[in-house]
Amino acid sequence: MNLHLWIPPAVLWTFGAIVALLVVATGVVAAMRRGDGGDRHAELAARVKSWWVLVVVFAIAISFRRSVAIAFFAVLSFLALKEYFSLIPTRRADRGVLFWAYLAVPLQYVWVGMHWYNLFLIFIPVWAFLWIAMLMVIRGETKDFLRAAGTIHWGLMTMVFGLSHLAYLLVLPDGKAIPAHGAALLLFVVLLTELNDVAQYVWGKTLGRRKVIEKVSPKKTLEGLIGGALTTMFLAYFLAPYLTPLTRGDSIAVGLMIGIGGFLGDVTISAVKRDIGVKDSGSMIPGHGGILDRIDSLLFTGPLFFHFMAFFYF
Amino acid sequence: MAYLLRLFFYGVLVRTVVLFVLGLNVRHRERLPVKGPAILAANHNSHLDAMALISLLPLRLLPRVRPVAAADYFLTNKLLAWFALDVVGIVPLNRVRADAREDVLAPIATALERGDILIFFPEGSRGEPEQLAEFKTGLARIAERRPDVPVVPVFTHGLGKALPKGKWLIVPFFVDIFVGEPLRFECDRAAYMQRFRETMQALANEEKHSDWT
Repeated sequence: MNLHLWIPPAVLWTFGAIVALLVVATGVVAAMRRGDGGDRHAELAARVKSWWVLVVVFAIAISFRRSVAIAFFAVLSFLALKEYFSLIPTRRADRGVLFWAYLAVPLQYVWVGMHWYNLFLIFIPVWAFLWIAMLMVIRGETKDFLRAAGTIHWGLMTMVFGLSHLAYLLVLPDGKAIPAHGAALLLFVVLLTELNDVAQYVWGKTLGRRKVIEKVSPKKTLEGLIGGALTTMFLAYFLAPYLTPLTRGDSIAVGLMIGIGGFLGDVTISAVKRDIGVKDSGSMIPGHGGILDRIDSLLFTGPLFFHFMAFFYF
Repeated sequence: MAYLLRLFFYGVLVRTVVLFVLGLNVRHRERLPVKGPAILAANHNSHLDAMALISLLPLRLLPRVRPVAAADYFLTNKLLAWFALDVVGIVPLNRVRADAREDVLAPIATALERGDILIFFPEGSRGEPEQLAEFKTGLARIAERRPDVPVVPVFTHGLGKALPKGKWLIVPFFVDIFVGEPLRFECDRAAYMQRFRETMQALANEEKHSDWT
């Protein structure tokens, strides 16, 4: 059997390294649980187990065909948007409007697949924005109009527009002289974002003292933020030569950007959840919560990394 | 042949809609019955209610699973009646007695006799989306007749938003499904309904759900 992978060897090796990391993490957690007895680390174990599933699903999704990888992000956007629309208070009058909002998901990813850059950039900020407002006005319900219009569009901007930047990385290098591969760029930003989450958590747990944004997320500390961002800069510096065309200096800048952007995405979704009054956005990923709990950081780092690359390299 | 169609309907179509287009948040799944006879008694806001509840049970139980549905609604024309009886597999129930001696609960008793798992909506009709209506005492009458059959209260939220009464277009929403401890009949219908109501209210209170207006 001959597997036709479209990803370059560097991506394959990186996946190999991720699996090795998970093996180590699984071993460490098993040792911790044996040391403590009891169920003190049950959630940590569930989390690592879910990481295995997420890594395998992600690897399969991006390895075989570019179109499959783009479709994977369309499904992810759909699930995230659905989770968001199910969490926020919506008006009964807007049921049909929400259906139109969902239609923006396949359309946005069709523009990605067509490499239609201009429409990809303006479709949701301009066309969907105006179209949704028009539909809502025609229905004529004015009570809470602004809240409803604002929350629906906020969902489209983050869960569809924001996330679709990750998919657009896959078509970026086409027709350019720069030796880069879309899947490698994508893996670079996703891997660093997730490692940044883990690093911020670990630094915060071990050294964290000073609260950094207590009203939104009481567990976040300055030590976690700085330690995590430095770790991510360090990782970016070493990973960039394998996966990206970034210069040494730029890779450090990108590491810092992902470190801070990941933190901001995380606390932004925390603020949303606090506003609504829930702890987790759902229960799809054991130990993590819902889809939003896992992709929160990517909502910021995806567009930031994409536009850094688009501006300086493509 | 009809069973193959039913298997395709529930195994492919319904599960795609319920598990992918909608998506379920199930709590206390372990309280669901693993064999018949049993009754799942849920609040009713949408045609999707029965579909979601049936998707909770493994496909191998499908030959045993039947929603109890209003004969006056589903058996009005031949095509709908065929679909309701042979594909959906409903147990038809007359909501109004034809004459004073008719035993309207007889089809339910027969189904339980066969060992079926019934999906039952004590509110009787779908009502306003995401609001609990008065539970009718039919449930207590069935429980009184078959006190050995466990009745599992199930609270659902979100299906009335996805497909409310009078609409045909499904709009995706995640659905909460909270399963309660099985109830058993003791001696008094009113007390039984009171326990059922309290269980449903307690399940509803497990999560904050804003009204849908």
